[in-house]
Amino acid sequence: MILPIVLPWVMAAFALGLALGAWRLFRGPALPDRILALDTLYINALALLIVLGLWLGTKAYFEVAMLIGLLGFVGTVVLAKFVMRGDIVE
Amino acid sequence: MNALPLWAEVVVAALLVTGAGFALVGSWGLAKLGDILKRLHGPSKATTLGVGCVLLASALAFALQGQASLHELLIAVFLFITAPVSAHLIVKAAMRVDPGLRPPAPDEPG
Repeated sequence: MILPIVLPWVMAAFALGLALGAWRLFRGPALPDRILALDTLYINALALLIVLGLWLGTKAYFEVAMLIGLLGFVGTVVLAKFVMRGDIVE
Repeated sequence: MNALPLWAEVVVAALLVTGAGFALVGSWGLAKLGDILKRLHGPSKATTLGVGCVLLASALAFALQGQASLHELLIAVFLFITAPVSAHLIVKAAMRVDPGLRPPAPDEPG
């Protein structure tokens, strides 16, 4: 009886975090700021999915969250490497 | 969500609120702070801790409903391993873009 009150606020907090990350993504003065914003965005989206799964009482979202985690990390590494070296696979 | 005892609901709700607070502070730091090296602190520490708390709450809730699984632990371990790596790579990229970020080398000893 506590969780149905808490869960919408938790989701709102993560949604606000997503909005702040998107603001930095559009605003960010240099490329590394945008990479950092994307990094934050995927972590917040992952947490939002976990909270949604907790709310709906289903475990179907864990695989999606794991995929987001894996691909988000790979994306961050690839973008940072591209900025560093100007190439991805040398 | 059904059939959680009250103490479990209190623990899960506390973990969720803590996690959401940390994640929100991390994202706010990303948006507010003024320098890439300062901005990196928010996502790489606060947000990772917040997501860890949320994953712990989810694992606890599903385990107490008799549906225990290793998914959340797997995601948490993976995030905790990859967060420092991505932070390191982002700083290296930032130093490549702006070499002035690198602090001056300390004096030679002797």
